[in-house]
Amino acid sequence: MNRAALARIAPPLLTFVVGTALAEVVIRILDVSPLLLPRPSAVWTAATSEAGVLLASLAATGGAVLLGLLLSSTIGVAAAVALAASPWVQRAFYPYAIFFQIVPIVAIAPLLVIWFGYGPRAVVAAAAVVSVFPVIANTLAGLLSVDPNLADLFRLHGATRVATLWKLRLPWALPQLLTGLRIAAGLAVIGAIVGEFVGGGGLGIVVLGAMRQQRTDLVFAAIGYASLLGLALFGAVGLASRLALRHWHASEAKR
Amino acid sequence: MDRGVAIALEGVHRTFRAEAGGEVPALAGIDLSVTPGDFVALLGPSGCGKSTLLRLVAGLDRPERGAVRIESAHIGMVFQDAHLLPWRDVLGNVALPLELLGRDAAVRRARAEAAIAQVGLADAARRYPAELSGGMKMRASLARALVTEPRLLLLDEPFAALDELTRMALDDELRRVWRAAGLTVLFVTHSIAEAAYLAERVVVLSRRPGRIVLDHRVGLPAERTAALRADAAFAHETGVLQDALRRGGALA
Repeated sequence: MNRAALARIAPPLLTFVVGTALAEVVIRILDVSPLLLPRPSAVWTAATSEAGVLLASLAATGGAVLLGLLLSSTIGVAAAVALAASPWVQRAFYPYAIFFQIVPIVAIAPLLVIWFGYGPRAVVAAAAVVSVFPVIANTLAGLLSVDPNLADLFRLHGATRVATLWKLRLPWALPQLLTGLRIAAGLAVIGAIVGEFVGGGGLGIVVLGAMRQQRTDLVFAAIGYASLLGLALFGAVGLASRLALRHWHASEAKR
Repeated sequence: MDRGVAIALEGVHRTFRAEAGGEVPALAGIDLSVTPGDFVALLGPSGCGKSTLLRLVAGLDRPERGAVRIESAHIGMVFQDAHLLPWRDVLGNVALPLELLGRDAAVRRARAEAAIAQVGLADAARRYPAELSGGMKMRASLARALVTEPRLLLLDEPFAALDELTRMALDDELRRVWRAAGLTVLFVTHSIAEAAYLAERVVVLSRRPGRIVLDHRVGLPAERTAALRADAAFAHETGVLQDALRRGGALA
């Protein structure tokens, strides 16, 4: 590992190790009940001894999150393109896109179970519903910010609407689309777990089960696995952004 | 040789609706006819409607009254700033107009490479806009305008944002392209010296709403070099243009 990478990774790693050790010592000294706050070592034991169940649940939740994201990004981009197509369509529908963003998903989740039944379909739907709006809002902002001179250039050379969409508008909106996707990735994990609380399966049901058995250590272990999932998705979208925007100037890529 | 297209504007009026309500007249009764192969500079203060006039000629906008007549032909256009697609390299950017016109890949590549060589960018064909200097971006933009082998080239203050030396080099480049290709050029600028140095004919517009204050044929030799900028004849031309701008209310 080179020095620069080490300098980047070492400080947060050190914070983690010291923080965990400190928590371990303080919890032991104060003799906190493991029901309230288990020691980090106990959480680690639960995370490794129950690894089989946790990994299988992680796979279920991860699968639902990926499917949900696939749905929300497809629907979100399509909706943004439709909204960008005409100011009238935009005025008619955009307020509702904002409105749905503030409807709390926890309230929608039972409804999704009523519609899709218990099981993975409701979970995928929950992940998709919470993550679709940032994709719409960000992609739309990108589509509407297209350089008017470039739009003129396309018109001058008789570009069709489809050609303008594929060769100008969508690539132009890509940085903002990816920003929306990064926000969506985090929300999809939340949506999936809330969906699982109600609809069953995955890490959500592990957390609920552990709570009922008063296994606080297992609750923490499951939360740890869920965080890893969020972290992995966040990293994957970040990597995709860097690859897709590698030729853009830094300031444009952050646009 | 192909001598470019003729342009005729008759009684052209164009008014814009202001954001705060009310109307802003941009052009008020413009009559202008340009002969094929001429190099015309439109000189005027900021906001005098020069760019509006260019957009009308390009067919990107329509006048409320009056007519814009132009033979149907490929038009090349260069904007203020290069406006390249950041996700395409120079070759991809220059080939774009041909792609939109539906030419096939082999033709696109050959013509784009020729246009890139024409503006002296052959070494940078595979580089991306973010890796180019301002002058190089503008050259790429010029190549993109030339790639369709247009018979009319429209330029909207293309070199205004560049440093003096780069701008003078690109002025010479543009003159050379015009003389070699024999196309009609309409060049919008607010620089008196640039208008006098580049054009065969300078049309001076007044402050908004734009009217034609002076229609002037430049009395300078076809061969224009840096030395000309220090010449008495050049000083005379810029004096004439400055005087017209003042009469149009630009230098009040």
